[in-house]
Amino acid sequence: MHELSIAMSIVEMAQEEVERRGSVQVQAVHLRLGRLSGVVKEALLSSYEMACEATPLKGSQLLIEEIEVEVFCPKCEIAQPIRSIQWFCCPKCGTPTPTVLRGKELEVVALEIKE
Amino acid sequence: MSAEPRLLEVRRNVLKHNDVIARALRERFREAGVLAVGLVSSPGSGKTAILEKTLTLLHPHYRVAALVGDLATENDAARLARSRAPVKQIITGTVCHLEAAMVQQALDDWDLHDLDFLFLENVGNLVCPSSYDLGEDLRVVLLSVTEGEDKPLKYPTIFNSADLAVISKADLAAAVEFDEPAARGNIQAVRPGMEVLKLSAKTGEGIAEYLDFLQRRRLHSRAPAAV
Repeated sequence: MHELSIAMSIVEMAQEEVERRGSVQVQAVHLRLGRLSGVVKEALLSSYEMACEATPLKGSQLLIEEIEVEVFCPKCEIAQPIRSIQWFCCPKCGTPTPTVLRGKELEVVALEIKE
Repeated sequence: MSAEPRLLEVRRNVLKHNDVIARALRERFREAGVLAVGLVSSPGSGKTAILEKTLTLLHPHYRVAALVGDLATENDAARLARSRAPVKQIITGTVCHLEAAMVQQALDDWDLHDLDFLFLENVGNLVCPSSYDLGEDLRVVLLSVTEGEDKPLKYPTIFNSADLAVISKADLAAAVEFDEPAARGNIQAVRPGMEVLKLSAKTGEGIAEYLDFLQRRRLHSRAPAAV
């Protein structure tokens, strides 16, 4: 369970942004979460609530956009989302490929704020 | 004063702090000419046994050292000290994985120029360590024959992040009816092309091939072109 420390980093980042911009209230944090990030969405959501306690972000929401894993197929020479995280191969021709282009994201993309 | 909330674009990597330190460590390892090898597995897969064997066998020929992560005890470091290689324990407390900052701090008083190989044994855990880059050149994931062939399918993220898979406790394979082709197939499914080695720290089977792999990697990525 490392989701709590990750949630705390997210809250910290949002607070830094808030401090830079003066008196604003954060209503929601938008996060992109890759399926290969090693972070579990449900655990992160409940950890987020805990991490917000006793901070100005208390009551804010964490909105998670999950990013599918995309690989590069050396045969078709295009980027393709894989069908299952247990099978790293091109969904079109079945060629196995270790080249991951997307799916490791763990980034705060935006804050919903109220002035 | 507007009552409507508005969207403020931020775009910040949550693990940036760790990634920045990991990059600095990787650069430090490269500059010092030491090959840093990370070891990850579930608890009880034999990381420490393999590391003890590795340190003991490499020690006469190379300058080797290890950092070992553990939640609470210093048992691993005590065990590894028998190899006579420098070993330092990182006690993570409640943290279930190593982070780059912990490695950086532990290496504070070490001169990496004195080393050829540095091993970083992570906390036994197949989930959390996958998110944290430690700056290692090579990540080795262990799968013991007693764990079941489908471990790679259950934890694809960590297997996908590794550079070498080691099937450990090979001496017990027959007793637990380990299906090796299935295990190899599952490893290839989540990390196509990854090299797989089978070994036993107890009998020594496969250890020579493993050490050979490490030495080749070091030669390949560290030493100047062979004459």
